[in-house]
Amino acid sequence: MFEFCADPSTLDTAPWFACYLTNGVHMLFYQSFLTVLLLLAITAPVALAFGFVGAAASRSHILPISWMGKLYTSMVRGVPDIAFFLFFVIALDQALEWVNHQIQCPDWDEPIRQGANFVVCQAAKIPLSSAPQWVHEVYNYFIAVFTFSIVFGAFAANVLFGAMRAVPRAQLETAEAYGMTRRQTFWRILVPQMWIYALPGLSNLWMILIKATPLLFLLGVEDIVYWARELGGSRTSQYAYPHPDWRLWYFLALLVFYLGFTRVSEVVLARITRRLSHGQATAGGEAQGKAAA
Amino acid sequence: MSCWETVQAYAFRSLGFGERLLPRGEISLCEQVTLIGSGMIWNIYFGVLALFFGFFFAVTLAVAKNSQAKWARKPAEWFIFVFRGSPLFIQFFLAYFALVRLPEEIGTLDISWLTDPFAKAWLGALIVLFLNTAAYAGEIFYGALRSIPKGDLEAADAYGMSGFKRFRRVVYPTMLRLAWPAYTNEAIFLFHATTLVYFSGFPAFRQQGDALYYASYFADRTFNPFVPYPIVAIFFIILTLIVITVFSLINRRLNRHLPAERRARVRYRPNLIR
Repeated sequence: MFEFCADPSTLDTAPWFACYLTNGVHMLFYQSFLTVLLLLAITAPVALAFGFVGAAASRSHILPISWMGKLYTSMVRGVPDIAFFLFFVIALDQALEWVNHQIQCPDWDEPIRQGANFVVCQAAKIPLSSAPQWVHEVYNYFIAVFTFSIVFGAFAANVLFGAMRAVPRAQLETAEAYGMTRRQTFWRILVPQMWIYALPGLSNLWMILIKATPLLFLLGVEDIVYWARELGGSRTSQYAYPHPDWRLWYFLALLVFYLGFTRVSEVVLARITRRLSHGQATAGGEAQGKAAA
Repeated sequence: MSCWETVQAYAFRSLGFGERLLPRGEISLCEQVTLIGSGMIWNIYFGVLALFFGFFFAVTLAVAKNSQAKWARKPAEWFIFVFRGSPLFIQFFLAYFALVRLPEEIGTLDISWLTDPFAKAWLGALIVLFLNTAAYAGEIFYGALRSIPKGDLEAADAYGMSGFKRFRRVVYPTMLRLAWPAYTNEAIFLFHATTLVYFSGFPAFRQQGDALYYASYFADRTFNPFVPYPIVAIFFIILTLIVITVFSLINRRLNRHLPAERRARVRYRPNLIR
């Protein structure tokens, strides 16, 4: 990065660190922070959408749909979510390959599961085995993101379902008295009012989502945990590092990053809650009104 | 091997008893259920002990955080902030490397006999889980302390109670009663969090791991996730139901003096990962 980095062995401590912390692998390490932020940026809205569909489905009057919604919402209860993460990553991959296999190779006659192997025809592999490395990485990443979205969608469905039930019944009855259909009541009365009730649960979910991001490492993505281990270790498969085992310091840096991130989120979410409570018929809104008067 | 023989061979495999080699090649359903069940021993071990010791520390933390004195309040606030604000996964890694590095750092003095057990999962991970659950439960108890009805405290004052007596007879029972439903959820999450132990820095000594460790082993071997993970799920649902039952019984005892309609119910509200 800097010109004086040409011969690191001649440098003092401070410039040595300046060189060390800006070398190529560290740039990859910093990029992996973006990977995490990208995961949050995609997962949060997608999970919210899944949650909304799940919660709306649980309210449906058509029994099979409501069962499916209830199954989805209750799926995360009782079972550790990390089990879901490990499960979905393989299951989604196999499901995609299986579907692709049915389309690409309809005249394939061997069984797909042969003992301990999962065999699909070459053309059905996702991504194709001839694809470049980055395609594999991007595919893995999006499988991981989708897995996060499914699991957090189930949490969000729980929160939103509770929020929908918290909207005062009188509001809905009024809508019915005006002759609105169920659909109109849902979109015009229920949905606009439910957010203030959903906000505490959703804020909580956001904090949990932040704290779940290191699990990307378990799903085989080269995220910040992966790089912290690689860079901190004294010996790795690929490079030799001119320092002893520094993993402790790298993980300490990650800890500080997460503490800062959750702290900032907390402050921002508190501000949003205050803004949204304004003028609402909830305890928070009433308290604001009293304070102003 | 018949199923009963499999159970005899693998029931305590996770503790190092019985057959040493894990099943290979064709893996039967019975072998999967037995070994995953064997792994559950570790989940229960971590969960029960961390919960038990964590409870006492959590009460201390809550009282400290609620205290007027700055020297008691500040450390408690920081402790709770650090453990609740960071991922458990990172905490495990950090603790592991700290415990592995510590004996190497202090090179002149050989203290590895002292720190060795800490670098193993059975003690190292237990301590991390203990500190983590203490922080989460401490925050729950702190919230309960803040919402003790004013009348209860005034009544205690009127009876001339003060100091420890007032805490033991009025503050503590009310706090526990108010916090119990939330604490039940915390207990369930803690049991779920124990599945992270063998996926963070702590190595599984001689392949003696927890339920999820064996499940992922089978999923890797058979390349079929549709059998081992549902087995884990069923085991954990049973465990969750047991926890809810036990905590509901305690809850009933804590609320026994109240009229029926004012009793708080234990309701399971999932909000997971640390």
